[in-house]
Formats: sequence, structure tokens, C-alpha cells
Amino acid sequence: MKKVITGNQAVAYGVILSRVEVISAYPITPQTTIVEELSDLIASGRLNTRFLKVESEHSAMAALIGASTGGVRCFTATSSHGLAYMHEMLHWASGARLPIVLVNVNRAIGPPWNIWSDQSDSLSQRDTGWIQLYCENNQEVLDTILQAYRIAELAKLPVMVVLDAYVLSHTSEAVEIPTMEEVNPFLPPYCPEYPLDTQEPMAFSVIATPEYFLEFRYKIQKAMEQIPEIAKKVDDEFRSRFGRGYAAIERYGKEEAEILLITSGTVTSTSRIVIQKMIEKGISVAGIKIKRFRPFPSEEIYEEIKGAKKLAVIDRNLSAGVGGIFAQELKASLYSKEERPQVFGFISGLGGRDITPALIEEAIQYTVEHPRPDEEILWLGLKK
Amino acid sequence: MNKMEIPLSENLGHGHLACAGCGAAVSMRLTLKALGEKTVMVFPASCWSIVPGFWPYSSLRIPVIHAGFVTGGATASGVRAALDIRGDRESVVAVWAGDGGTFDIGLQALSGAAERNEDFIYICNDNEGYMNTGTQRSSATPMFAWTTTTPVMQPKENPKKDIMAIMADHYIPYAATATIAYPEDLLKKIEKAKRIRGTRFIHLLSPCPPGWRVPSELTIKISRLAVRSKIFPLYEIENGITYTLQEESHAVPVKEYLKLQGRFSHLTESEMEVVQKNVERDWGRLLKKAKA
Repeated sequence: MKKVITGNQAVAYGVILSRVEVISAYPITPQTTIVEELSDLIASGRLNTRFLKVESEHSAMAALIGASTGGVRCFTATSSHGLAYMHEMLHWASGARLPIVLVNVNRAIGPPWNIWSDQSDSLSQRDTGWIQLYCENNQEVLDTILQAYRIAELAKLPVMVVLDAYVLSHTSEAVEIPTMEEVNPFLPPYCPEYPLDTQEPMAFSVIATPEYFLEFRYKIQKAMEQIPEIAKKVDDEFRSRFGRGYAAIERYGKEEAEILLITSGTVTSTSRIVIQKMIEKGISVAGIKIKRFRPFPSEEIYEEIKGAKKLAVIDRNLSAGVGGIFAQELKASLYSKEERPQVFGFISGLGGRDITPALIEEAIQYTVEHPRPDEEILWLGLKK
Repeated sequence: MNKMEIPLSENLGHGHLACAGCGAAVSMRLTLKALGEKTVMVFPASCWSIVPGFWPYSSLRIPVIHAGFVTGGATASGVRAALDIRGDRESVVAVWAGDGGTFDIGLQALSGAAERNEDFIYICNDNEGYMNTGTQRSSATPMFAWTTTTPVMQPKENPKKDIMAIMADHYIPYAATATIAYPEDLLKKIEKAKRIRGTRFIHLLSPCPPGWRVPSELTIKISRLAVRSKIFPLYEIENGITYTLQEESHAVPVKEYLKLQGRFSHLTESEMEVVQKNVERDWGRLLKKAKA
């Protein structure tokens, strides 16, 4: 069934179709309509789900840690300060190897207060041991939630699904909504490997001495290393069932190009049009959309960038003192490789300012005209 | 008090890591006798992040979930929700939190859960300070007590927070105080809590020999003197309104309680009088509530 829905409604459909059993959340703009939609669905009896309306985001994640340990499928959604407030519990969820799925609607972190799109919230959680998947459109939002539960439960790692504030969260698009009958065989009920059972008592998240702690972390890293394979398997199956799919990265535009424009989220949609226009003008350019930020798709990207001379990265985020986070991760992933194209790190659209076709064109044009970037950070649309 | 049978079951095993004379170990042993084996216990950070033992061992014969310091009320809400969804209404969900995890850092999550009337028993194992980190003051530390962050030159100026009043004002179905010198009372209260649904709060005073600077053989005596001196009265509150006092007939001045403990050894006569007056004021207030 095709419906015209917002990104946040697509999230709610994804949650319903995933047969989530416990939701725990706290309202924050621009996530709020997700929890409103889910509250309505539960109140009307269309979902057999417990919704814990907790007093903070920290408690939202803590409650899911309790529920997920209790062996049920869990969900929460947040943004910005809410995600930052959860930080401690994000570490706890991955350390406890719980397959929780969280939707983060990207929003800037204040001050100054700002409720618009900016990836600094989710990207500043990059070291918490969560898988991170970024979405380009509302269809991808719904589909990614279904995939996220499969990946999380196979890997025993939590997954963060990320979408842009307003551009997706509050914008309506036509979305194909699968039926429960179609989703059920793709996403079987959650069955924890270590159930909480008074007949077989176990202690969860017990203190580990230096003798063992390292090995606990090693196992998380090994689980992360399995993600490319697991995610591909899950996506292949999804593709065969639903006719749609999403790789860790997607290349579009010219097959052989000197310049590759690297984006994530909705900036990619705008870039698709700009790149087509620039190719028509005779510029050798192609685009790469990064969907999976954690684990970073180093190998997948390297395969695609072979032969390219320059990489232009547009970051809607800032790690002050360093620069754009996608650009930094990309540079780090290239260091040990033989072919290392120049990386141009552009920062744009912080706090929800539009990343217009003109700005993207400016970034590509700059990259064409310069053998290497003049500055470590190239600001797009900065008012000086 | 009528005679009662104390269950023989032991769910705190040998080899736990509590200090000699630890009041909380006795508290746990008694509590688990009342709660029984069909209990899931949540441990926000406290001495009990350590006491049950290091991975891969546990000295507790029930499933336990160690949790973030702040999260007792929230984690237990989630565990209860999961058990309910799985159709297990029988197992009891209990939180075992320290006074820091209850009075201070965990108060928000506890208050949130109590307002929602989440279905679990929250046990505050109160040893009146951050004892696991080496005796720092908490808002449960009594007035004038020495701790490492309230040195004798500048002891704690503020009275202990009235956590029972705070919990009562959430109109939760049941709240009670208990301490190990009165094991029948403690067991009775936990068994009563077990029969009720909704948020139940047990405030357990557990003397801490190293933190209170008392010899380990005095744990039970101190626990008893806390009640007799009325600095820690035994009572129950139902639905936030109905108070029932367990009257203690062998009353003693609070001085008898204070003078046994190194943490109060610097107190002057006049300071002890202040404590005595505060005890009488609080007792009077409690009597008024009980008669209302």
C-alpha cells in the first residue's frame, strides 16, 4: 500500500511492522510526532506494546536496557540534547550487547538553541558502540528500521537510525508500506540468547576485572567487524522480498570520474540533481552516498574511489578543532591505502541552513579548480 | 509482635565480598528470604555492584541486572514491562539501591517511576553515605556526621533528606522503614509489599562499620539503637496517607546511639542536643501524621 507520509510517520510504521514490544521515550522537537503517532496507535489498541512515558531520555534508554535484558524487542526515538543526555546509557546498551533500535532525528545541539537539522548530535555519539545508519528519504527510513532490528538481533549490537530534521521528519512523501504478513517472515520474533529467567538465574552486566574487561571490548569490536557481512545479507534478503535495498554506500553519476562528491542524509538527494547537471556541463564527477557511518565502510568506499583524484566531502556537522566528521573518518580510512586522493572537507548547513544546489555546485567547482584544498576546513555559504 | 516463621531459603550464597559486620549483607539475606526465588533484582551502582562477586561469579541465587547509577527506577520499569509482555506477572521485580542511588543521583528516575506507579519493590539500602567510594557525604548523611568530604573541621551542616515523605507524596501504595535489628518486622514488611501491586518503597537502614567507624560486632546493636532513639523510627505509609507506627517502648536518648559511632565522636554536648531536638521534632511530626 502506498501512502503519503512524513519521515516521522514512516518511523512509526516501521516500529509497528517490527512488532516492537516495549517503547520508552521522552518528547523533544523534532522527534515528537513519532511518539505522538505511536501513543495514538497504542491507545487505539492497534499495537500490543507497552509504552513507558518516562521522565527523561536517560531513563528512556535505561528502561529499554531493562526491557531488552528482559527479552523483548525495544524502541526509542530522540534528537539532539535528548541523545546527548542518553550518552551514558548508549555505552551501557552496547556494552550489555542489547539489540535496541533508536531513531535519532538529527538536530543541532545548543547553545544557541536551534531545532533544525545538523548531524553533530548523532556523530558525537560515534564512540558509543552503536551501529549508525543514515537515511535519504522516507521510504528508506521505514525500510531501514525493519533492517535495523534484523541486524541488531543478529549482531547483538544496538542500532541508531538517523534522519534529517524537517527535511524528512516533517516532509511528506509517497512511501510503500509493506503488510505485516510480508514483514513477519523477514523479521522473526526476538529470541534472546541469554534469557532472563528465575529458573536459571544469571547475573547481567557484572563487574569484570582487568583480567577480562579487554576481552569484552574485543568481542564488541569483532561483532562490529561482522556488520558489513551481516548488513549485506540482511539487505539482500530485504531486496529479494521487497524489491528495494540499501547498501552501506551507493555510487551514482559518472562511472569513471575524477571527482567524487561524498554526502549523507538528504544532502544526497540534492547532490544527485547537481551532479547530473555538472556532468552535462562536461565535469568528470560522481557521487557517493554514505548510509552506514558505524562501522565505517572503509573497504566499500575504497573500492569505489579507486581512480578518482579528489574527494569532496560535505559535512553537516562539526567537531570543533578538527572539522567535518565524515571527512575525518574518510581521511583516517585512507591513510593505510595505496591510492589516497585529495580530500576536500566542506562544512555547510549547520543548524538547519539549506544546503542548496548552488552551494553543492560551489563545492564541486572549488574541487575542480584546486589541486588540493587551501584550507583544512572549507566553509560553504559562510557569512563573513 | 506475633511469632512468625523465617523462611529457611538462602539466596545470598557464601563468598560475597561484603565487609565484616556489613549491615547490608544481613539486610540482603533477610530481604531475599521474604522475596523468594522468583525475583529479578536490579542493582544501580552501589556497594552491591561489587558485593555479589566479579565476573563470571555471582553469590546471589536470583537473576540480577547491574545498571547505571541513575537508573534504578527506570531499569526496573523496563524489566517489569518485559516480564508483563512475556506473560510473567508472578515474578517480583525489585531494585536494590544505595542511599546515593536513591536520595541523590537516582531520585529523578525513582520519582518518575513512582509517579507512573510502576509495579516493583524499590529497596533503598541506606548506609548514610557513599560508602563504596570510601565514605563521602550523601543527602542521606545525618547532620554533623563526619565523612571524608565533611571532615571534622567542617562536618555536615544539613539534616538528612526525608525520603519517606518524598515517596509518600507520590501517593504510592506502600512505603515502610525497616532495619536488621528487627528481622520479623523487616520480613513482614517485605512480605506485605510483595502482596501489593504498584510502586512499593522500603527504606532499610543498614549500619556500615567502616563508614560509621564502629566495631563490626556492634552492627545489630547500632541498628536497634537507631530505632530506640527514634532517629530511625519504624513505620509504614499506605497510599501516601495512612501512617502506622511500630512504637518502641524502650526509648533512649539519641546520645546513646551517637556515642558508639566514630563518625559522631567530635560532637559537642550542644550539638548532641541539637540532634536530640531534631529527633523529637521529627518524631512529633510523625505522630501527628499517624493520628491524622
